[in-house]
Amino acid sequence: MPAMSARLRWRKLVSGFMLAMTGVCALVAVAALFFILGYLVYHGGTSINWNFFTKLPAPVGESGGGMANAIVGSAKLLLLASVIGVPIGFLGAIYLAEFSTGPIAFVVRYAADLLNGVPSIVIGIFAYAVVVLPFKHFSTLAGGFALGIMMIPITLRSTEDFMRAVPNTLREGAMALGASKWRTIATVIVPAAYRGILTAVLLAFARVAGETAPLLFTSFGNHFWSPGWNQPIESLPHMVYIYAISPYEDWQRQAWAAGLVLLGLILIINILARTILARGVSVPRS
Amino acid sequence: MAATSTTVHGAGPIAGSRSFFDRVRDGDEIARLVTFVFAAATVLVTLLLVFELWQGSVLSRHKFGFGFFFTRVWDPNAGDFGALPFIYGTLVTSVIALAIAVPLGIGAAIFLAELAPARVSDTLQFFIDLLAAVPSVIYGVLGVFIFIPLMREYIQPALSNTLGFIPLFSGPAYGIGFLTAGLVLAIMVIPYIISVSREVLLSVPRDQREAALALGSTRWESTWKVVVPFARTGIMGSIFLALARALGETMAVTMVIGNTPTISASLFSPGYSIAAVIANEFTEATGDLYLQALIELGLVLFLLTFILNGLARILIVATSQRGGGGH
Repeated sequence: MPAMSARLRWRKLVSGFMLAMTGVCALVAVAALFFILGYLVYHGGTSINWNFFTKLPAPVGESGGGMANAIVGSAKLLLLASVIGVPIGFLGAIYLAEFSTGPIAFVVRYAADLLNGVPSIVIGIFAYAVVVLPFKHFSTLAGGFALGIMMIPITLRSTEDFMRAVPNTLREGAMALGASKWRTIATVIVPAAYRGILTAVLLAFARVAGETAPLLFTSFGNHFWSPGWNQPIESLPHMVYIYAISPYEDWQRQAWAAGLVLLGLILIINILARTILARGVSVPRS
Repeated sequence: MAATSTTVHGAGPIAGSRSFFDRVRDGDEIARLVTFVFAAATVLVTLLLVFELWQGSVLSRHKFGFGFFFTRVWDPNAGDFGALPFIYGTLVTSVIALAIAVPLGIGAAIFLAELAPARVSDTLQFFIDLLAAVPSVIYGVLGVFIFIPLMREYIQPALSNTLGFIPLFSGPAYGIGFLTAGLVLAIMVIPYIISVSREVLLSVPRDQREAALALGSTRWESTWKVVVPFARTGIMGSIFLALARALGETMAVTMVIGNTPTISASLFSPGYSIAAVIANEFTEATGDLYLQALIELGLVLFLLTFILNGLARILIVATSQRGGGGH
């Protein structure tokens, strides 16, 4: 056997080097996640205490205070968003997966994909024009509306995929037993796809939970409690933004803490959603 | 990721053969109607969004015409509005982001799709998906407290000492500016490039690799000269998708770009982007023309992302069909 030629040795060297570099790229990308998480824990961890969850923000110059109003505000906004986004996404997906094949389905899918790609700040302009202008003031309603609009396409498209993945034999079996179509959907198809549907809803929820841009001129922000649904309201991501760009050290410290709480919440929902999916059967990757 | 999921075929609705009245009695027509209303709501919302953007910018569009895109002046007090500095800032930061994110993202995707064992690849992909879920305001916070000081103290001085003869890398080091914004954007769009490129690479048929290896190519040669070219259009799609994300990104850019409407050859200079100016000035806009100029900027952003997302979709679908529709 002849010795390896210099040319071949060079090619093998290049191959090994480039493949190692791709590994480095992957490592850098994954390390970014742990870097972000670690930095937030390092800077924000010490500022998270009981006050953070129970007190109102302290006035400038006073230390202490918390973000209770922002936490409640985010919860209210997300509740409203889910009330708007989930039914439209879920029921729309049933229509796409079970009732329609023709051009109408194409138009709905196209509209959803279009909506999914719209930058969040533009959704904010839309909510401003539709809700804030007629009511003449910023409100929880407007912020929830903006986030709800963002939830629709995410919920719709993934739910449809998961329902389509339910084998046709299940539909035929139910029909053969004499069930009407809507009974088939309600008692066979939705239960069979529920893990996927739950995952879709959770991911949509996690996605809008961190959105700041569409809230800037819809829910606006508020240093105090916001009773009802018709006044400006604070939210966690908005608080992170305002505090991070402020010149006060105490506020900056709290921005880290709020960021940590926000990111923790979003990552937990994401992991939960993906765990639910991983345990399921006969559902597509999405 | 909803944006990249492909429709599963072969599981369409079953055509009913019963009469219309039977179906009404069973409730099927009612269910169809109810779900149709919700599906139609999606279309209506989208149409309304386009209508509001178009109608909301009517004053500005009529007053400035196409000159809006080529005018450098942004003077709310005088009522002069030109979008050029913002368009410039948006494009420059996005190009910097892609210049960093594309090689890194494709490299990582090659590792995940071609080299890593399935379990390792899935685990890493899980972390990449989590990275994609990090909200943009968090990237903004990291930008403000880590990247800006780092750029000001180390990276920008180092660049201007070594490459300062190029206008791109000259000028005072403020820390904020185009380069910092581009860097933060790069980290934000890498997960999108990795996820989509990995899917596309995985859909390349196995015999392509085997044929190349059988002809005596090394592992890297089969990957780079056979598999990657095969998946080229899909990878382009992932880049367009990332570009669309970068163009529309608001919070992280607003927090690090400096928010000054300047056009400068230096990447160290503070700038402004379309999304950032909307975020900063929308609530303060006094007068109809000012507000409408901002809405017109929103319209521009919408059209840009609309075109890029459409192109990306076509490219990604075309590649996965060529590869036999998945794996």
